[in-house]
Amino acid sequence: MTSELIVFIVLAIISVLAAVGLLSSRNAVYAALFLILNFATVAVLYLMLNAPFLAIIQISVYAGAIMVLFLFVIMLLGAERLNQAAPQPGLRWQRPLAIGLGALLLIQAAYVFITRFNSTTVAPNLIQAGPMEIGLKLFGPYLLPFEVTSILLLVAIIGAVVLTREK
Amino acid sequence: MLVVVLGSLPLLAGQNLVGFANMTALDGYALFLDGLFAIVAIVIVLLTLRYNQDRGIMRGEFYPLLMFSAGGMMLMGHAVNLLIVFVAIELLSIPLYILCGLARPRVDSEESAMKYFLLGAFASGFLVYGIALIYGATGTTQLSEIARKISAKEVPETLLLYAGAALVLVGLSFKVGAAPFHMWTPDVYEGAPTTVTAFMATATKAAGFAALLRVFLFGLAPLASTWQPIIAGLAALTMIVGNLVALSQTNLKRMLAYSSIAHAGYLLMGVASGNAAGTTGVLFYLVSYAFTTLAAFAAMTSLNTAAGEDQSIEAYAGLFRRNPLVALVLGLAMLSLTGVPPTAGFVGKYFLFQAAIESNLVWLAIIGVLTSVVSAYFYLRIIVTMFMREPVAEPQPLSTANLGRSVALAITVIGTLVFGILPAPLLQLVNTAVTAFGVTMH
Repeated sequence: MTSELIVFIVLAIISVLAAVGLLSSRNAVYAALFLILNFATVAVLYLMLNAPFLAIIQISVYAGAIMVLFLFVIMLLGAERLNQAAPQPGLRWQRPLAIGLGALLLIQAAYVFITRFNSTTVAPNLIQAGPMEIGLKLFGPYLLPFEVTSILLLVAIIGAVVLTREK
Repeated sequence: MLVVVLGSLPLLAGQNLVGFANMTALDGYALFLDGLFAIVAIVIVLLTLRYNQDRGIMRGEFYPLLMFSAGGMMLMGHAVNLLIVFVAIELLSIPLYILCGLARPRVDSEESAMKYFLLGAFASGFLVYGIALIYGATGTTQLSEIARKISAKEVPETLLLYAGAALVLVGLSFKVGAAPFHMWTPDVYEGAPTTVTAFMATATKAAGFAALLRVFLFGLAPLASTWQPIIAGLAALTMIVGNLVALSQTNLKRMLAYSSIAHAGYLLMGVASGNAAGTTGVLFYLVSYAFTTLAAFAAMTSLNTAAGEDQSIEAYAGLFRRNPLVALVLGLAMLSLTGVPPTAGFVGKYFLFQAAIESNLVWLAIIGVLTSVVSAYFYLRIIVTMFMREPVAEPQPLSTANLGRSVALAITVIGTLVFGILPAPLLQLVNTAVTAFGVTMH
């Protein structure tokens, strides 16, 4: 076991637990804080993948800017506590079926993980992905997807305005 | 602008170029689809001019959103890189989520937009995860590179590749509304403004199949023996579910939604055959299905008034007496959807069944024929209701005739009939497109 693997396993456990906490907490502020924890662990994973620039972006944009917006909205709406209404009476067989299928997926993933572990080395010659490398890629070969993405953001802005504006 | 696009297509014909760091291709296949998307969008604009006025949803944003979506679809036709496939699918979907909710504050419209958005985002998740796994296995998102590496057995981790291909298939199946990923279709189609529904049912489906063909028949072609039975199974399930559930519908729009699921099944049959004949069949059927479905929805908009639209099949009783022209168009559309000659629907189905038999999927063709027979019941029921039954006591007033809709009706009817009686010119176009596509299997 290399030290990298140990760090990865610890981070992965924290990250998954944070995601579970996000889903299961009934207080929206707690959920938002769990999400920050999740973002932070993912940022460290980026660091381990030799992508420091992405890690910083992840922290500053997601854990920073976007989460502040989330918290603002939650506090402004005063919606931090979900009302404790009785759970929706779903289909009776829904829950066992979901658990069964989820377990099946987990077993499959575990099987793959155990049988194929260490069988391949992914990306042996990594480079440090700094801002310059990313910029060159983004405005070089990936120019078209980049531009299309900017149109996509424009559409999203239009959508937000259209769907919330009172007539 | 759309007319300009359509007009410029012949100028580009016969070229075979790749651009933007080999991410997009300009070939007959892409141009053919561009033409289809442009025609569909023109018809939708013609219909919408009056429809939005009747419904009181005069929003200037409608048209740019429609253009963005059509642009995404065109990009989809040109995409030869999985990254472009993904941004194109987002570019075509996100405007559609907004368009579905445009009839706000009607609850069904909001429900439609919300359902489409949530499930669409979920499907995008599948797609992008699948693309990531394929990238992980092959080290590239370029479809030609993927095909080359698989053929040359340079992919060490085939399990990753299979998982990625399966997830991509799930994501795209959602977009085309194939069972078992079809659950959203009826609710979304019912709640969205009818012109948007028409756009989703025709152009979005065509874009989804454009991507399916490129990814599976081009990029993942060397894996054909693996995905062929899976897609054939999906096709069979989709045809059976779509046609059987459509039987019990009392709302015309919901019935057309299930019918669109069923037709996705027929189209998947063409993908499953995995040969040039299948590709020809899919492209031809996409055109014939687009014209037919647009005709049906165009006829539906004539029952739309400020009070809302009555979508129940009952409302169409005796329509022939009240507006013979619209009833005739709707009747023709139903015949074409059933696949009765001399409509375009018949020719399209013929090619698809032929392709399936050619690649030894006889059982699939048999299911296709049987479900087509079943579908005749609910399509012909509409015709019986319109032509042979008395109108209900107090019928809803009809929307008055207008130029935009008349032109749209004319275009769709001409398309449905001409491609049914004289399929040769369209077939020639399709063949040029397929040759450019370069299906090299079998």
